[in-house]
Amino acid sequence: MIISICCSCENESIDTYVATPSPIKIPQLFEKNILAPVIPLDNPQTVEGIALGKKLFFDPILSIDNSQACANCHDPKLAFSDSDRFSNGVDGVFGNRNTMPLFNLAWNFDEKFFWDGNTFSLEHQAFIPVTDDIEMKNTWAEVERRLQQHSEYPKLFKQAFNTSLIDSILITKAIAQFERTLISANSKFDNYLLGNTTLTQEELNGFNVFMDEAKGDCFHCHGSDKNPLWTDNIFHNNGLDENFNDLGLGAVTGDPADNGKFKSPSLRNLEFTGPYMHDGRFATLDDVINHYSEGLKNSSTIDPLMKKVNQGGVGLSDDDKTNLKAFLLSLSDYEFISNIDFILE
Amino acid sequence: MKNFIPIFLICLLVMMSCSKDNDDKVQKTQANITFNFSHNWDGTAVTNTDFNTIKYINANNDQLRIDRLRYLISNITFTTSNNEEFVLSGYNLVDVTNNENLSFTPINLIPTGTYTNVKFTFGFNNEDNSKNYLDLNSTSWFVPKMLGGGYHYMQFDGKFINASEDEQGFNYHAIRAVDNPGVNPTFPQNTFFEVNLGEVTLFNDATFNIEMNIAEWFKNPKKWDLNVLNQMLMPNSDAQIMMFENGQNVFSLKSINQ
Repeated sequence: MIISICCSCENESIDTYVATPSPIKIPQLFEKNILAPVIPLDNPQTVEGIALGKKLFFDPILSIDNSQACANCHDPKLAFSDSDRFSNGVDGVFGNRNTMPLFNLAWNFDEKFFWDGNTFSLEHQAFIPVTDDIEMKNTWAEVERRLQQHSEYPKLFKQAFNTSLIDSILITKAIAQFERTLISANSKFDNYLLGNTTLTQEELNGFNVFMDEAKGDCFHCHGSDKNPLWTDNIFHNNGLDENFNDLGLGAVTGDPADNGKFKSPSLRNLEFTGPYMHDGRFATLDDVINHYSEGLKNSSTIDPLMKKVNQGGVGLSDDDKTNLKAFLLSLSDYEFISNIDFILE
Repeated sequence: MKNFIPIFLICLLVMMSCSKDNDDKVQKTQANITFNFSHNWDGTAVTNTDFNTIKYINANNDQLRIDRLRYLISNITFTTSNNEEFVLSGYNLVDVTNNENLSFTPINLIPTGTYTNVKFTFGFNNEDNSKNYLDLNSTSWFVPKMLGGGYHYMQFDGKFINASEDEQGFNYHAIRAVDNPGVNPTFPQNTFFEVNLGEVTLFNDATFNIEMNIAEWFKNPKKWDLNVLNQMLMPNSDAQIMMFENGQNVFSLKSINQ
């Protein structure tokens, strides 16, 4: 036993380096209303890890021809989304899903990522694009080799993870740490809830349309003043198609009852994240509102929460539509899209 | 010395196992309580594997399917013959859709002995309903302020074959009944309710097996016509009161394991 204690003391003296903790700053409304963010025990937030993740996020070194970084499709000015319906990869080939925006990802409590929830955890999510044939088309062995031979990265990994030996696990851990810092919580509506500002009558009326089960009934899937994420992060068929070209969740679970279901996206920052839906079919917010008002298509898996499907939807009045749009735009967080912590210097 | 160590360990083991036997024989003074929730349709078991397929017929002869079912229970209370109440802390959101929280073990214990009644609340009483619950907010269980705020008691969503022979959605969402939705809503009557399970004598940790007969939501005393009452029922206080009335016969105590 004495020998064992001596050994452990010796180890501690050799290996005392720890990166600088950098806990997530939880916004006031989040702290007041929803559960704590999900931070894996084996990947705590650190100053050095976040900085490394940010550098990797903006570095095209991850792609096979050094042409594409994560930020190419996840533009900070667009709340880390892409203004194109589909994003093209290193060969100019386009994917078949609209790029999802990136914010408040640490509050995705079920940790299912992508439109169809095919990947568990943010760390695993970061694995996918690097080797995807359409996206970065690289191999992890090649990425590891390049970073290992790089003039800066070995030192940065040493600072972040106390090892200069770079591997894919540490790379994705760093990227995930950076992504968890992408917190959007400073919209006009947030400030209204905090008592810092007032809403226009149009915006207030729009919020009522949003919360009214007989009108918008948006709150069942898209949050409320009690859930500042503005999404339930759950998968629904929201009546886009009678027949499905893309099975969504159904292709992941193999359950036909999940066909045509996709994750409810957050309604924060809609002003910057168009086009909309998993396939970017709607160019404008008006198109989206019109869809729910009179464009619903019936199918076997359409969510029962979709109202009056046989009539195409709830049939909002023009005033309701205008007000609803005004409210939705009050969820825009201009500070988020210009935050220098999220932009490559 | 070599022989002494194994003999000593064996003796120690025997002593420890004797001690365990003695512990088991001691009369328990405090019991852990577990509530298990299972579901049936007029006696036929229902699990989430039965969802998403039209396979049930309600009392009004509407053919229907279940797509989503989750409900809240709270305030499990044990009452003694002296009317002393022991309330188990916490609440439980039973999520049949995802097979989650079908078993609930509150953290505090109940003294063993005889109780004249055990009950739980379907939903929240009005006081509890006015509080803020981070976990329930996170799972979109809230009710809009214009409808009185607070939380759902139940979300029961599905589809039925309507009079035009089309599949149509229904949202049987139970909340606190509300009139005059808007800035100053009013409440015609309470629509949470207590489920009384009767007398019990606790002498050990106990598991209460609770059954919900889903068909009862449509049956007794009000026969429910889904062609009339299907969606947008949250602002409909008459519908909420009907849910409250039909809910009285939904739950039953199947058995207690001790």
